[in-house]
Amino acid sequence: MTQLALHTSRHEAPALETPVLQARDVALRYPGQSRATIEGFDFALAPGETVSLLGSSGVGKSSLLRVLAGLQAPTSGTVTMNGAPLDGVHPRVAVAFQDPSLLPWLTLEKNVAFGLDFKHQPKQSRAESEARVEMAIREVGLTQARRKFPAELSGGMAQRTALARCLARKPEILLLDEPFGALDEVTRTEMQHLLLKVVRDFRTAAILITHDIDEALLVSDRILLLGGAPASVIGEWRIDLPKPREDFIAELGTIRVDILSTLRGTAQRRAA
Amino acid sequence: MSMSWPTDSLTRAERRALAEPSSRPARFNIARPAWTNAALGVGGLLALLVLWWLGTDVLASPDGFIRHFSPTTAIPKLIVLLSGPDLPVHIMVSLRRVLVGLGFALLVGVPLGLAIGSFQRLNSATSPAFQFLRMISPLSWMPIAVMVFGVGDDPIYFMLAFAAVWPIVLNTAEGVRRLQPAWLSLASSLAATRWETLWHVILPGVLGHVLTGLRLAIGIVWIVLVPCEMLGVSAGLGYFILDTRDRLAYSELMATVLMIGLLGFLLDAGARALYRLATRSHA
Repeated sequence: MTQLALHTSRHEAPALETPVLQARDVALRYPGQSRATIEGFDFALAPGETVSLLGSSGVGKSSLLRVLAGLQAPTSGTVTMNGAPLDGVHPRVAVAFQDPSLLPWLTLEKNVAFGLDFKHQPKQSRAESEARVEMAIREVGLTQARRKFPAELSGGMAQRTALARCLARKPEILLLDEPFGALDEVTRTEMQHLLLKVVRDFRTAAILITHDIDEALLVSDRILLLGGAPASVIGEWRIDLPKPREDFIAELGTIRVDILSTLRGTAQRRAA
Repeated sequence: MSMSWPTDSLTRAERRALAEPSSRPARFNIARPAWTNAALGVGGLLALLVLWWLGTDVLASPDGFIRHFSPTTAIPKLIVLLSGPDLPVHIMVSLRRVLVGLGFALLVGVPLGLAIGSFQRLNSATSPAFQFLRMISPLSWMPIAVMVFGVGDDPIYFMLAFAAVWPIVLNTAEGVRRLQPAWLSLASSLAATRWETLWHVILPGVLGHVLTGLRLAIGIVWIVLVPCEMLGVSAGLGYFILDTRDRLAYSELMATVLMIGLLGFLLDAGARALYRLATRSHA
């Protein structure tokens, strides 16, 4: 199974194409903290690739995502998008958080459209915005509910709405910060399949932050395991299996064991 | 910050909305007992009317002065007064003063509340000063207000705005503090400018709290208005009360008291309706 569970060294390029998003030697240290949160993070995201950043709670995954989203400048190192430095939020990088962050005073439709007409977003006609919103809502299967208010939506529907809000931006990169963490098991599985469909339909690259190993195994082309303090990549696995992957439980199981033993090894080293 | 506003005058649903602006289950608590509550409320009002009647017509001695204030004369007199030329004018004058006073209070209170809610240091710096200022009865400013603003409506506007501004400031600030951080993260992840964040997230997000503040302000302003109008003006409900007294028109006096209660009740109902309308989608 070594062809599946392949540890690649840090500086090996993951693909031959120009990375859509690249981080070089990124470190993050919040002011007033003695220790850095993240250190020596190198990463390249190929177009259309789905990468999971896996790690235990509090390891710094969300901080890392904020850096990759341009919401937080790294203390050192660089983040580039299509070769150009990322300074601030890019309109074609869409972020979804664990909280669907829907505005309760707007209908589902208006929530999906929210921000499309902001100053720093690309200019587009009203008709074009409306078409995009409609398309995004259709993609996540909520056309019937488009005039509902967030209070009338289930958790899964709310998270679908948040995903539609990302899609209305025609994103090149989707950044998902534990988007399904608060959902029940069944809804979560549905959302994982929806994510696979969305990534395929929109040919978007995606970074998924998760602490759920199974979720990472089911949706990603590559898994980066984050660990240590300051956090860095302590393991990397490429998974070349077709999706959806429910039929490849045995192969995934092997990688799962490998990930767990890597995690345990780090934990033991830290304890020693 | 200590909040000693009469929040116990709020309904349970409103208090819940204050505590958790976007809580979902609130919707289940409003609908069920609405009719029962309305019927009980009407019953209570009728009981009050009966008590009034008992006090002035049954229990009072036959030649008691209190008999002048009986509902049996006050209520018909109110209808006569409302169809006459004078009372409607006094009502309009009073309502205009309330609206102008509230307008100024909103104009000052909302931006101030936004700033105080946003900056913890500003909150710490202003909190004791505001607690101090708001404990001064607006009426005690009367002589100063007249000296500064002259005789007429202006000192009344000042006093009403001064009375109304505090609940608006404090509730707006509280609304800002209760804004969900997720909404602000959303705005920054969409590269919203400061202005866009203010206009599309913060203002709609605090609207419910502003309206709660406005409702408390209406209650205060309506109470302060009548004594304000008893000093140095020649129109308004407060003036009219003293006028009826001077004319020994006691049934008119009582009718005006009734009218003041009625208008206050309607103003509060209006504020409540406005709150419900603005927050209906939050359920």
